[in-house]
Amino acid sequence: MKLRNSAERYGLVAIVLHWAIAVLAFGQIGLGLTMMRVESQRLAFDLIQWHKSTGFLIFGLFALRLAWRLANPLPRQPASLRPWERRLAAVVHRLLYALFLALPFSGWTLVSASVLGIPTLVFGLFLLPHLPVEISEPNENFWRFVHHLLAYAAIALIAGHALAALRHHFILRDETLKRMLHPVRRTKP
Amino acid sequence: MMPTRIIALVIFLLLGAPSRAQVPSLSEAAGRYSLVADHSSLAFTVSAVGGPGIEGRFMRFDGNIDIPMDDMERARVMITIYPESVTTGQERIDNFLKSDAVFDTANEKAITFVSTHVTRTGEDTAVIEGNLTARGRTFGETFNVQLAEFRGTEIRLHVEGQVYRSRYGMDVGTPLYSNVVDFDMDLAVVRR
Repeated sequence: MKLRNSAERYGLVAIVLHWAIAVLAFGQIGLGLTMMRVESQRLAFDLIQWHKSTGFLIFGLFALRLAWRLANPLPRQPASLRPWERRLAAVVHRLLYALFLALPFSGWTLVSASVLGIPTLVFGLFLLPHLPVEISEPNENFWRFVHHLLAYAAIALIAGHALAALRHHFILRDETLKRMLHPVRRTKP
Repeated sequence: MMPTRIIALVIFLLLGAPSRAQVPSLSEAAGRYSLVADHSSLAFTVSAVGGPGIEGRFMRFDGNIDIPMDDMERARVMITIYPESVTTGQERIDNFLKSDAVFDTANEKAITFVSTHVTRTGEDTAVIEGNLTARGRTFGETFNVQLAEFRGTEIRLHVEGQVYRSRYGMDVGTPLYSNVVDFDMDLAVVRR
């Protein structure tokens, strides 16, 4: 198995990063929705700390994925795709990239603007410093609104992305999803 | 330094330096006292890693001190704190402290301290050992007391102590927030 992408398929690194971020993103969405709804304030506090740590991890992995994406060729899309599907896929991918950067950043800004001043100890290992933003209720409320808006946009886009991948796999029966499941193999000399 | 400045400094030090409280004899101090919450403060701090931590105080509490004629070390101290009255200046933190995460004021109405032994450690200092009960759990705790003022019928005491909150089921946020709660109390009691 090759680590790098080829012109046809993704390499092992891109696939591992994709699925690691996917699993973390599902967990993060679950944490985010649960922590706002649980009755126990004690549980909510712990879930929020896990949410912040997971957000930081996603931010880091996504930065790595972006760097890897820029350093590797983008595999060609299956020839069976119609022009509007290609355009839509490109738009969704770019929006997902933008959201996966903006979402953790907005969360970090929200925590930094909070009048509660709760520090972020990432997985209990190291302290993530607050961003130099105004600490006030209005600023905190604004960034909470932005963070929630981006989160629901990400949920919608991830759902669309996953459904499109399943459509390609089970209805159109093309290579789109398989490319992200099996890495490109080394060619024998 | 000019002589007049030296004289001014000496006068300032003599007048401005904090004087120790007049220490009463046991027979003078003996009696039953009630805590006056309006003239007292019961503050606490919990430090945080890389953050401001939490500074708060209880606004409602009451208590009694009994000092016997014969033996200071048999003095009894009883304090009841009403956690519903906790305040930090930030309503959201107050609500969190009152929630099930910390004081659980919906179910737990009072925190009590009952002394078991008083040890005099100096002319105007003592160590009070006793049982602290919070959220249904009781543990022995120790507080350092200093006599701040004695005015016949009124005594002012400065009390400091550290309590491990995890023992009382209040370990939320550790290690982000310290497990140690630092208490800093200025208590005014009047003779009944």
